[in-house]
Amino acid sequence: MGEEVKLFRSWSSPFALRIVWALKIKGIEYETVFEDLSNKSPLLLQYNPVHKKVPILVHNGRPIAESFVILEYIDETWKQVPLLPEDPYERAKARFWAKFGDDKVLTSVWNVFIKQGKEQEEALVAAMENLKFLEEEIKGKKFFGGERIGYVDLVLGLLANLISICEEIIGLKIVDEEKLPLLYSWMQDFAEAPIIRDNWPPRDKMIVKFQALLDAAIASSSSSSSSK
Amino acid sequence: MGEEVKLIGSIQSLFSFRIEWALKLKGVEYEYIKEDVRNKSPLIFKYNPVHKKVPVLVHGGKPLPESLVILEYIDETWKDCPLLPEDPYERAMARFWAKYCDEKIWQAYMAEGEEKEKAMGPALESLAFLEKEIKGKKFFGGEKIGFLDLAVGWIPHWLNVLEEVGSMKLLDAEKFPSLHEWAENFIQIPPVKECIPPREELVSYFHSALIYLRSLSANKP
Repeated sequence: MGEEVKLFRSWSSPFALRIVWALKIKGIEYETVFEDLSNKSPLLLQYNPVHKKVPILVHNGRPIAESFVILEYIDETWKQVPLLPEDPYERAKARFWAKFGDDKVLTSVWNVFIKQGKEQEEALVAAMENLKFLEEEIKGKKFFGGERIGYVDLVLGLLANLISICEEIIGLKIVDEEKLPLLYSWMQDFAEAPIIRDNWPPRDKMIVKFQALLDAAIASSSSSSSSK
Repeated sequence: MGEEVKLIGSIQSLFSFRIEWALKLKGVEYEYIKEDVRNKSPLIFKYNPVHKKVPVLVHGGKPLPESLVILEYIDETWKDCPLLPEDPYERAMARFWAKYCDEKIWQAYMAEGEEKEKAMGPALESLAFLEKEIKGKKFFGGEKIGFLDLAVGWIPHWLNVLEEVGSMKLLDAEKFPSLHEWAENFIQIPPVKECIPPREELVSYFHSALIYLRSLSANKP
């Protein structure tokens, strides 16, 4: 009969993209449900009442939220093309780097994007410290997963797209080929991999969206400083 | 014979205790290396250069930080007394709630004033979920302690310390009777009971930690 797999996502959510990539890499058939996050459907609210966000994977009627949790579920349920390594220590390291990517790297890159002047300089220093850990980790490997894309690549992969969009908007290099050659190279290789390349959201729409996010961030920080 | 297991932990870190309980439950022998988080030793910088925090598990010389990552590693390496359920969906639920409870209750403890009011909602929601989940069961893992028990196992002893220091009431025995009962049971289990730190020490530590953490956020532009 076949299993029913649905993915609730938005056109731009980088966290949902992780799941798109994972499902496609494993050759799993699924139905996409696009959500307008400014007008969330009753089904989204029913399936993810806690966070009310995408992505949500619904497998045979049972919903799972949080992209890391979904990725591990996918890996445990469909065993072909494993995303996590077999060895428990390597698996643990992969989980560690994935968490580091979201908690530290993403946050620090975001700060470079939205801050101005001296604060931006400081944010860039902090981001470089974090990115250097990734530079070290990718040494000697094509992907974080080794010869082929794995769990850490899927989690960090949004950097391969978002960083160049942020750099274009603010006119500032975040991942400089000279300073972070291995990471830069990984970003190119990842972005060009067939499944990944075919599934990026439209770049022009992303530029518009991120410009708007930047404008909003600047507006809210200047209004909060003027009300002090 | 097995490779050497060391746990670098601290009484001040409620995340360290999860790892001790897991190792004890599985009967894994380990050496405990005590850290003072206010005065970190070179060992922490060596074994956790990224975050410089406890706990860190060192197995056969290979270090591993981040408590929930360590718990999964322990479960995959020592198969006795499994912590995570077998079914992938049940595993996903355990992981989801462990992550959520960690984030939300901590946010409520740190917040002040209006922010605190807002943070209480999700914190209470996580307790409400746990209440629903534990009804009719002895532990979240069923008859035996599981992953989620260990992940939220800091609640029985630490939550009321955080409540006192953070001026908030969360675990009301009337609102959450089943969770309250679980907490009473959990604290009595030998591996847990053996390593519970003295309450006064926790109150004093978390009081100064809160002042420090809030001063960090106040200084942010």
